[in-house]
Amino acid sequence: MDENKTIMLAHGGGGRLMADLISRTIVPKCGGRSVQLTDAATIDVPAGKLCFTTDSFVVKPLFFNGGDIGKLSVCGTVNDLAVSGAQPLALSLSLILEEGFEIAQLEKILENIGQTASRANVRIVTGDTKVVEKGFADGLFINTAGIGARITGAVPGFERITEGDAILINGTLGDHGMTIMSQREGLKFESPLKSDCACLHELTSRLYNALGNAVKFMRDPTRGGVAAVLNEIAVAAGVGIEIDEPALPMDKTVQAAADMLGFDLLNIANEGKVVAIVAPDAAARAIELWRSHPLGRRAAVIGRVLKGSDHPLVELVTKIGGRRIVQMPYGRELPRIC
Amino acid sequence: MLERVEQAKQTIQQACTRMDRPIQIMEVCGTHTVAIFRHGIRSLLPPQIKLLSGPGCPVCVTDQGYIDIVLELAGRDDVILATYGDMMRVPGRAGTLERLHKPEIKVVLSTDDALALAQKHPDKTVVFAAVGFETTTPASAVAVADAASSNLHNFCILSGHKLVVPAMQALLGAKNDKIDAFMCPGHVSVILGSDAYKPVAERFHKPCVVAGFEAVQIMEGIAAICKQMAEGRGEVESVYGAAVTPQGNRTAQAIIDNMFEPYDGPWRGLGFIPGGSLRLRPRYQRFDALHRFGISEIPAEELGGCQCGRVLCGLIDPPQCPLFARKCTPDSPIGPCMVSTEGACSAWYKYGKH
Amino acid sequence: MCLAVPARIVEKEGDRAVADAMGNRWNIRITLTPEIEVGDVVLVHAGYAIAKVDEEEARRTWELFEEIAQFEEKRIAAEQADKEE
Repeated sequence: MDENKTIMLAHGGGGRLMADLISRTIVPKCGGRSVQLTDAATIDVPAGKLCFTTDSFVVKPLFFNGGDIGKLSVCGTVNDLAVSGAQPLALSLSLILEEGFEIAQLEKILENIGQTASRANVRIVTGDTKVVEKGFADGLFINTAGIGARITGAVPGFERITEGDAILINGTLGDHGMTIMSQREGLKFESPLKSDCACLHELTSRLYNALGNAVKFMRDPTRGGVAAVLNEIAVAAGVGIEIDEPALPMDKTVQAAADMLGFDLLNIANEGKVVAIVAPDAAARAIELWRSHPLGRRAAVIGRVLKGSDHPLVELVTKIGGRRIVQMPYGRELPRIC
Repeated sequence: MLERVEQAKQTIQQACTRMDRPIQIMEVCGTHTVAIFRHGIRSLLPPQIKLLSGPGCPVCVTDQGYIDIVLELAGRDDVILATYGDMMRVPGRAGTLERLHKPEIKVVLSTDDALALAQKHPDKTVVFAAVGFETTTPASAVAVADAASSNLHNFCILSGHKLVVPAMQALLGAKNDKIDAFMCPGHVSVILGSDAYKPVAERFHKPCVVAGFEAVQIMEGIAAICKQMAEGRGEVESVYGAAVTPQGNRTAQAIIDNMFEPYDGPWRGLGFIPGGSLRLRPRYQRFDALHRFGISEIPAEELGGCQCGRVLCGLIDPPQCPLFARKCTPDSPIGPCMVSTEGACSAWYKYGKH
Repeated sequence: MCLAVPARIVEKEGDRAVADAMGNRWNIRITLTPEIEVGDVVLVHAGYAIAKVDEEEARRTWELFEEIAQFEEKRIAAEQADKEE
């Protein structure tokens, strides 16, 4: 097999092949000189609080409309920092490659990693590469960790959520999850759906900078969708939550795809959405700030925090004025015909 | 739309003032059950009206004996088991298909996908777990016909198909006076036609109203039932005329009839229902997984402590089952009504009491 | 018990067709509805068209149909805009 075309076990073996892969392929595509080849990166940080997070990425297919695993791995960690009120500073990048993986594909993914990071103004400063035998990974797994500097005045926390707070989202539900489904083996259908995969730090920093402590909490509704995030918030903050079905931003095409497979978009993953909880008098300004940004055009107030409860529930007021409970999703959505 | 909801609410309210007792409406269809919860319909109804979740989900009423056979076949090295996603979490004695963790268990969206698997893997036998009511049965029939005409020998089905009308008759025939009216399944009716419920309405003098699945359509269905009850009528009516005709889909009916024959089969929790199950006709038995793997019949089994049978019949609400929310939850379901995301217990557990 | 969604037939060959639901396109079988033509709206269940939808009735009683109509209008407008460019 040609050592230049596919990944071999030796690419992770610590020898010449690995050194070449890192210096010729990975480093140049991931930001060049910002990557430090020492055992640990040394970076300058501003005074104040640091936020630190990590996330692993496994996705099938690796390439999807609107992104790939590389873009996802940068956005995911940037977003975890961003919702925590941090300005992202630096990322680590660990690759676990499956023997036989095409280097051309790896290059495409790395290119997207480099571009996404540079657009988000975050540097990749350190990394690691391992190769596992064929059959022991699904092409490529990625882990990224990130640090960010907490924005002055940003103090998000479950304990600050109180009755009357407004619940906001920056756009439509379930775009990423349904896009992935539409391109997954066995489910495939032809569709213009596009993942919403995006770095959200500009949206979050707008809110934290302009509204300060009126921003109570933010989280990105990835796996498990908005239903999971709202249930987590209700339980952690010990409050009830009420959302309005007509206010939920939905894309008609995404909705139709979900209907066909029997999914509830509240349970479907997003990769470019943020749920924010803000003081009621800050909601209008927050929506204004978001809607003036390309990633927040369809921002909306979707609900409100109810009073504290020992049995915190998320409830939905339906289009016809009925009420129902929004439960924590099971964790894996299966297409249904019944 | 809100106007129509308001109008339906008024009709229901007026009918309730004319009736001197509470009424119980069974929605036969599991998709109705879920839609009723999702739209919060119960919170909009007066207290006199109670909605019972009937035997409407084919997964709910699939006997455990069937699932055990599915699990056994799925465990064979020479078999690829193709199934709709709905069956993946149905527990048999040996666990669930999901927990078998076998790559040879394939979730398919249609029987065409199952046939494609058989073409792609000539060294394996593809067994399709054919469950569903009249809406879903024609697809299985077409798949068998395709396999027969294209000499695709490594494809067969395990029929768990069931018929809705015999089940409705069995429920009422058991002198179950809890049911005052049926909301009939919209998409089964697309195939069967609304006339199919005439024997039920005429024999038992109960309103049978076919409704769609949008919030408004369900409210209008309930309103039509209430109006009939207040006027002392028990007739077949459809408020889903956009898709349902009195005669139904004749082509699909003929395809089912050519391929399948009814027999007295076990329904989970309901026992044997006369003429309630479908099996392949003898001339197609080479496509019958039972025949192919030398299994004499699908054994009927019961689950200890499980009250699904009584839940389905409208005799008790899910929380009245001693297992509900204790031993039996959506994460570790025991009874079929908890297994299906639209099962009465699961929907109740997930979307709340009312 | 049975999820079925409306979709418009956009291609047809033999007993196979392509059905469009708000821009998503699915390969379906029309074996059970041999009478349907391109342009018809059908109900799709488990990869099969199970009925032709009576659109006039649907528009009156089926909320989704208003949305389908609006979606179509937008799509046609977008196509025309493309042509003009």
